[in-house]
Amino acid sequence: MRLDVILRVVTKMILPAMLLFAVYVQFHADYGPGGGFQAGVIAAAGFILYALIYGLGALMRLVPVALVEALVPMGVLIFAGVGIAGILAGGDFLDYSHLLHDPVHAQEWGIFLVEVGVFVTVASTMLAIFYAFAARGRR
Amino acid sequence: MLLTLLAATTVAVVRVRSLFAVAILSGIYSFLMASVLLVLDAVDVAMTEASVGAGIAMVLMLGTLHLTKTEEARPTHSPLLPLAVAATTAGVLIWGVTGLPPFGAAATPVHLAGPDYLARSLAETGIPNVVTSVLASYRGFDTLGEITVIFTAGIAVLLLLKRSPRRPGQDG
Repeated sequence: MRLDVILRVVTKMILPAMLLFAVYVQFHADYGPGGGFQAGVIAAAGFILYALIYGLGALMRLVPVALVEALVPMGVLIFAGVGIAGILAGGDFLDYSHLLHDPVHAQEWGIFLVEVGVFVTVASTMLAIFYAFAARGRR
Repeated sequence: MLLTLLAATTVAVVRVRSLFAVAILSGIYSFLMASVLLVLDAVDVAMTEASVGAGIAMVLMLGTLHLTKTEEARPTHSPLLPLAVAATTAGVLIWGVTGLPPFGAAATPVHLAGPDYLARSLAETGIPNVVTSVLASYRGFDTLGEITVIFTAGIAVLLLLKRSPRRPGQDG
């Protein structure tokens, strides 16, 4: 499969579109369908496609296993951190209204940060599981 | 029409013995399910179903097939006990469905609490998509629980699969 010219060229063409779509789904979730879950999975699928066509080694050079495994708890920490920041700012846990002076603006920021946390954990968990499966088969 | 295709795919999943075909069929099932959700106007859920169910889950199933055999093993036990368990579960589920309110009934909690969120969301969070504001703000604690579940599941898979050093001479 790795020598197949058509697959390699087509992958090169659609990968940027896939990753861009993941970013769009992530940041356009305020106005349309989407959010951290969907965007994380789409981004992970893009990386997995890269590994399927160009080989696992190429992806491991691009996204090291240690980085992926560090990002798995990082997303949960971002989410919980925003919640705790809400307490420190004078509200309840996960109450974003007190983060900034304007409650509506603070809500927008809180939701944005929380979605980033969701994205990080979902994408890196999918990649970590893929790595675990793929590396096992290669040995 | 969609539900008929869903039923046909389910029958095919049960009948086909090649696990590779089963993995592909379950992907098809997910896409059909996403279409059903789209018909029900649940765009966010449809998107999740299409990307997780048809995309990632299929890749993981094919990855698992890479590690195991691609042909389903012949059952070693009599199918009567599993059949009884499945039939009982199906009966209980169908009995439970009869207790649900009729489709689209106005007096259900989703229709009583929904308009409240629809009215409050834009003014309180400045976000037009109510699904996002409910998911990340009003029900933020649930979503935190969800990603904790994903985190825990990921860690569990890594613990089981990743560092399992094989003794030399052992081939599995």
